[in-house]
Amino acid sequence: MFNYTFQWNQALARLPQMLDGALVTMQIAILSMAIGVLLAILLTGCRLSGIRVLQGFAVTWVEIARNTPALFQIYMAHFGVASFGIHFSPFTSLLIGITFNNAGYLAENFRGALKAISDTQSRAGRSLGMTPVQAFRYIVLPQMLRIAYLPMTNQMVWAILMTSLGVTVGMNSDLYGVTQDLNALTFRTFELFAIAAVIFYVITKVIGLGARLLATRLFRY
Amino acid sequence: MIKIENVRKSFGQLEVLKGIDLTVEKGEVLTIIGGSGSGKSTLLTCINGLEPIDAGRITVDGTVVHDKSTDLNKLRRKLGIVFQQFNAFPHLTVLENVMLAPRKVLKQSRAEAEAMAIKQLGHVGLGDKVDVYPSRLSGGQQQRMAIARALAMSPGYMLFDEVTSALDPQLVGEVLDTLRLLASEGMTMICVTHEMKFAREVSDRVAFFHKGVMAEIAPPEKLFGAPEDPELQKFLAATH
Amino acid sequence: MFDTALSAHDLLFLAKGAGVTLLVTAISVAFGTILGILCGVFRFQVGPYWASPVTFILDIFRSIPLLIQLVLANAFLGMVLKLRMSGFTIACGVLTLYTAAYCAEIVRGSIGSVPGTTRRAGRSLGMTWFQDMRYIVLPLATRVALPSWIGLALGVMKDSALVYVVQVTELLKSTQILITRLQEPLFLLMICGAFYFLISFPIARFGGYLEKRWSND
Repeated sequence: MFNYTFQWNQALARLPQMLDGALVTMQIAILSMAIGVLLAILLTGCRLSGIRVLQGFAVTWVEIARNTPALFQIYMAHFGVASFGIHFSPFTSLLIGITFNNAGYLAENFRGALKAISDTQSRAGRSLGMTPVQAFRYIVLPQMLRIAYLPMTNQMVWAILMTSLGVTVGMNSDLYGVTQDLNALTFRTFELFAIAAVIFYVITKVIGLGARLLATRLFRY
Repeated sequence: MIKIENVRKSFGQLEVLKGIDLTVEKGEVLTIIGGSGSGKSTLLTCINGLEPIDAGRITVDGTVVHDKSTDLNKLRRKLGIVFQQFNAFPHLTVLENVMLAPRKVLKQSRAEAEAMAIKQLGHVGLGDKVDVYPSRLSGGQQQRMAIARALAMSPGYMLFDEVTSALDPQLVGEVLDTLRLLASEGMTMICVTHEMKFAREVSDRVAFFHKGVMAEIAPPEKLFGAPEDPELQKFLAATH
Repeated sequence: MFDTALSAHDLLFLAKGAGVTLLVTAISVAFGTILGILCGVFRFQVGPYWASPVTFILDIFRSIPLLIQLVLANAFLGMVLKLRMSGFTIACGVLTLYTAAYCAEIVRGSIGSVPGTTRRAGRSLGMTWFQDMRYIVLPLATRVALPSWIGLALGVMKDSALVYVVQVTELLKSTQILITRLQEPLFLLMICGAFYFLISFPIARFGGYLEKRWSND
């Protein structure tokens, strides 16, 4: 049918290496999400603080993250900061880039979620003698994270997909990087990337399923 | 003792409290009645420092509420307040709702807080609902949970801000019964309410607020039986 | 004041890159939206069971990295089918399908947001399916869909930065070429970032404004 001989065996022989790459991909995505959520909570705190400088800082972060390409953000974390004499490894640059992006999008999701939580909730906490930080931590935050749960799982999928951009700053240990290197050795471009695509697909589906299972355990109310 | 001296408070152009003087002794039950916009609810949120005041002074057991050096979070432990909206924390079970502040604010141990929570939930008649989430409770039950939540902090005073106003009529009774119980136990209470029958029954004194002024204050028999202020007479005529 | 080796000629080069970015985006969003509407309406109309093959295929475009989609399309068309296609065509083709996949979700969701009672009211007045779609569903669903669609179009513009992988020199690639030559990464990246930002930010704000205004009534 095609004037091309598929050589799946040759490509499949490399599967163990690619799966190792997939682990690195997951590692970056999970790290970038964990740090990203923490930073997004901090950014949300900055926005709520009523302090001008902090609000400006948070808004600038969020708007740059949302209005420029993720690839641009990774370039900035790698080539951009090099102008200041800072040289990050590809892994670090990629992690910083994705984390920056995650935090920005998540902070915006959190802001939307906060609108759905009544002011009287934190007021009730304050009248029980809680400090503003305690009221946020124990009353507002858990509700906010629940409302933003679905957008957070979407962002996790994005983080997985974004790891593929690391190749542009010299990353070669993640799934895409490994595949690219194998391609340079074997030239089985279609077969190798098709396998990589299947692995990515499976990872994103597993994340979606896992998130749904986790939700039933986390949110019983 | 809660001492309110010449307290003034405005929201923008609108002056809602025009010089209020009032003293509530330990063990006293004071109810405040009056039309909407009379400033009665605002006074409660000023007492626990949720709202700043423009002039005058409020002292609770000798502590000046709006003094800069006052630790409001500490002061509020003494002043339990329950609002018209139930403000249940939806992500916590009934038990956790009541335990949260004792654990985080009073730094009680889990066992200590749990024992107190179970006691107070039993007190308000929710002993069988401890592990339920608030979304499964009726409005009256949620409001009683809010009362237990405030009581768990072992406050010296309880402030009730129209706690039955958001309830369906058939649920008002169970909440008022809880308040009656507290009053009979000697809790110092200030209740802002529209329930005249309740005010007449439980109060040591009743205050009538009108347009930011405390127009009359007297024991219930006197205030309901022989009102002097013409606005109060009109108000009572309209509510009966 | 600012010392740079950037010449007018280089700026023109960047401008060309920006032009390619906008062109790829415009073509992909235009065709992707049409395809997305068709798929979205189809999915809504035939129900989840019969639409599942379409749903599955569209979902693939949202579940694997765009970079891999581009590489695979390029390899499949060039190496397997031995077709001679320009990188630009491949880029537009892949981004069109990518746009369609997201657009179909938006369309399906927004049609679903039109209350069934409203639609039945239309049909009971004797409207045909097509009239119902045209006069009842379209105006109501558009309100729900438009803010998300604006977000999608901007997303495609940002994601079009990846078409460098099929040898299309768009804005970010142009910037990178200049960085290699001039060794002024920060300055050049700032110009590039500013371009994306100045297009994306106001349009995103407008989308947010529409969403707010339309959700109030």
